[in-house]
Amino acid sequence: MKFGVVTFPGSNCDYDTYAAVRHILSEEVEFLWHLDADLKGSDVVILPGGFSYGDYLRTGAIARFSPIVKEVIKFAREGGTVWGICNGFQILLEAGLLPGAMLRNKGLRFICRYVNIRVESVGNRLTAGLNQGQVLRIPIAHSDGNYYDYPEKIEKLKENDQIVFRYCDSEGNITAESNPNGSFDNIAGICNRDKNVFGMMPHPERAVENVLNSTDGLKLFESIRAYYSRRAVV
Amino acid sequence: MKEPEVNLELGLQHGLSEEEYNRMVEILGRVPNYTELGIFSVMWSEHCSYKNSIAVLKTLPREGGALLTKAGEENAGAVDIGDGLAVVFKIESHNHPTAVEPYQAAATGIGGILRDIFTMGARPIAALNSLRFGDLKHPRARYLLDGAVRGIGDYGNSFGVPTVGGEIYFDDCYLGNPLVNAMAVGIVKSDGIVSGTAKGTGNPVFIVGSSTGRDGIHGATFASEEISEKTESKRPSVQIGDPFTEKLLLEATLEIIKKELVIGVQDMGAAGITCSTTEMSDRGGAGMKIDISKVPVREEGMIPYEIMLSESQERMLVVGKKGSEDELQEVFKKWGLPALQIGEVTDDGLVTVSQNGEVVAKVPAYDLVLGGGAPVYERERKRPSYLDEIRDFDADSVPQPDDLNQTLLNLLSAPSIANKGWIYHQYDHMVRTSTTVFPGGDAAVLRVRKTRKGLAFSTDCNGRYCYINPHRGAMIAVSESARNVVASGAKPAAITNCLNFGNPYKPEMFWCFYEAVMGMGEACRKFNTPVTGGNVSFYNEDQIGGRAVYPTPTIGMMGILEDIDHRMTSHFKDEGDAVILIGRTHNEIGASEYIRVIHDLIKGDVPELDLDYEQKNQEAALELIKAGLVKSCHDLAEGGLGIALAECCIMDRENQIGCRIDIGMDLRPDIFLFSESQSRFLISIDPKNNDAVEKRLKGAGIDYSFIGHVQGKKLVINDLIDLELSELNDKWYGSISRLMEQQV
Repeated sequence: MKFGVVTFPGSNCDYDTYAAVRHILSEEVEFLWHLDADLKGSDVVILPGGFSYGDYLRTGAIARFSPIVKEVIKFAREGGTVWGICNGFQILLEAGLLPGAMLRNKGLRFICRYVNIRVESVGNRLTAGLNQGQVLRIPIAHSDGNYYDYPEKIEKLKENDQIVFRYCDSEGNITAESNPNGSFDNIAGICNRDKNVFGMMPHPERAVENVLNSTDGLKLFESIRAYYSRRAVV
Repeated sequence: MKEPEVNLELGLQHGLSEEEYNRMVEILGRVPNYTELGIFSVMWSEHCSYKNSIAVLKTLPREGGALLTKAGEENAGAVDIGDGLAVVFKIESHNHPTAVEPYQAAATGIGGILRDIFTMGARPIAALNSLRFGDLKHPRARYLLDGAVRGIGDYGNSFGVPTVGGEIYFDDCYLGNPLVNAMAVGIVKSDGIVSGTAKGTGNPVFIVGSSTGRDGIHGATFASEEISEKTESKRPSVQIGDPFTEKLLLEATLEIIKKELVIGVQDMGAAGITCSTTEMSDRGGAGMKIDISKVPVREEGMIPYEIMLSESQERMLVVGKKGSEDELQEVFKKWGLPALQIGEVTDDGLVTVSQNGEVVAKVPAYDLVLGGGAPVYERERKRPSYLDEIRDFDADSVPQPDDLNQTLLNLLSAPSIANKGWIYHQYDHMVRTSTTVFPGGDAAVLRVRKTRKGLAFSTDCNGRYCYINPHRGAMIAVSESARNVVASGAKPAAITNCLNFGNPYKPEMFWCFYEAVMGMGEACRKFNTPVTGGNVSFYNEDQIGGRAVYPTPTIGMMGILEDIDHRMTSHFKDEGDAVILIGRTHNEIGASEYIRVIHDLIKGDVPELDLDYEQKNQEAALELIKAGLVKSCHDLAEGGLGIALAECCIMDRENQIGCRIDIGMDLRPDIFLFSESQSRFLISIDPKNNDAVEKRLKGAGIDYSFIGHVQGKKLVINDLIDLELSELNDKWYGSISRLMEQQV
């Protein structure tokens, strides 16, 4: 299988994501340039963290118009795996591939720290290899991660099993204190109805080696790989 | 705009002395025009010329160890770390602008130091910052801190460099004149370091990156004056930062270097086009002719004076290889940045500036630059009279507190001691996925990809110490930074320094500067940590508050871990581990945080420092760590043993564990607990290794004592201290955010 990591001008987690796939997961991976309307045969396209085009406007608002994102939208509609991390999540919201919007963090400050997130759903390729309710220790680093949608829309997400991660304490309890940014219902990551497009604020690529103080993020990469190897067998 | 006529009066207004004015006229053989006056005044400003400091700085050890480039030769010093790699690092101040416009000032401080790093072909891998602000009870101090932290965060976070550490102290001497010292670290193949030089007659000269505006004109001159009522009007001298453009500039610059399209690259920081053209010409023993009509400008009608002196950010001067012009421009086009050829290298040693076909300035490069013809002064020194009075102190005269629990809690919540998470959680300290020991401990540790190695970084300086005893204070700053990297498992390798002082024309101030540099040099020679370079910031005086900042010679230390698995953290790990104190505790509460916070006293001499003893203890601690015998190691600093123990208990928020200490005290309990005696470490070890550790320490002739065990959820010291960790947490973690979030 093959991963593609998009580089927008201002992406700054593109290399980290590339390195996680290439050196830790040991899978094939290529950078995808924002001006190229070419996914280079990727099975999984990752939109990495950073500040695409500077993000001086609303985060992700410019990136959604880039040639590569047009291809990503097509690819998603055809069932390809699209995974937005942090800024990538924000871009997917702007592109309409995922529902909802990001507000500024509740404290109006950038936050970088390790947080705990609970796996809310395992009915998708990103978390199929994990356990329902499993707690993962993965860092966040963002100013705009306060996920919001109308309460009735959030109900829809729940009904369709689209809420993938929620912020929790180390025991897995969903509490106000464990919500770092004010996200609605502690939501940290979601997927689309068809469960092939994912967005999450925490950075799994930052938690793939002991030297980085957690390997929980690697489990998500492995889950996706397992999905593709199962598919290859079928 | 009609250019004013140049005469002595205008020269004086530009900050030149009469002697300097006459010298300029003599060099040129004529009265300069307005543009040339601007060029001379900015190049001979304190900020660019180091005229009052360079003679003293030259006494610092600038060679030896693994140093590849000597201090001052390039934009930043480089240290060979083996495996074919070099580390480039430097610290620089952005103090004066911060007093006026903290957000942009701090942001562009980061931007400037990052450019110094990648201009050499190195990719920035870490940033640190050393900050000094007034007491947070003042709204102004909170406003400045809030702005500076946001500025540092927004710039570094967007650019994509992890801000991994630093330090901050709060004291009212910094209220009107805060200090923002930004440090950046980059990594480069040892044979791939690019020089800021112009060579080869006919080679093309490009200006790349942002366009040139009217911002920052005379920023360097502004930095060379005291802060006064007029300072507010200098707001236009503060530059505006654009981290997105900087990120593009980084990628494009590294790409042209990798493709071997360049002869030399230099950042445009202070004094913009002026400084970069003259310095590059001088380094290459060449000259340059440039046509500033080709410089992309932000506004119509900019006169040569403005274009030459603008400090617009995110620009570089690139000397390309003839014939590679198209390829070079193609790279910048890919990254969406302008790259315009504005001239070429010449062999006449002159920087010749023309606009619309007319020569508007013609100046000799050599005479303008530091190390060339820029003035060099040795200022008058006089030992300040306050020293004797302030050092005259009897520790026993300090009343002994009734409740040491409360004393410890009060000290723990003093902002200079309290946890700085409110600050560093606003900085992305993990991007580039190499940070392994996060901010908050003794030193930050990063792994070096594709090798076994690691790098540790710490910044340190206790300004109060340096105010009371500049010589020993600076020695302690070096020693403490070395102790910090040792406590993280690294061997000290080299330093960069940022020397923040008051007006050098005041003999007492210059005495302090001189003494501090001497002390620093002494310590650096002892630890074999040469100075890779740095920055001097004088005139940190606030006329409104009527005082200078404490002499603050900030040290940025780099240490090398031969094996990243030797990395060490400060917090206690497991129940039952033995706690050992290395070093001796003396009656040394002079100049301490304890007497300042609890007794409102700034008195007494700073702690003694014996460099041999310090080095011996550092080596012993490092050997134990490398032998895998240590589970935690923490340096003792402000607040002494009491604070260090509390920190060891609670520093890891996810795994907090108490301790029970029984220690023989030959001093008054408060003095013993809060003495700031140097050369001490607190380590914890698995009790099964007690004998092995003891044998090594004894063998090395180290002073040590087993003082207790890691256990429970309380900090207990003899019958003096008995505190729940939750109480410690509230004070240590909550103090700064309570001050900042309630009232800003």
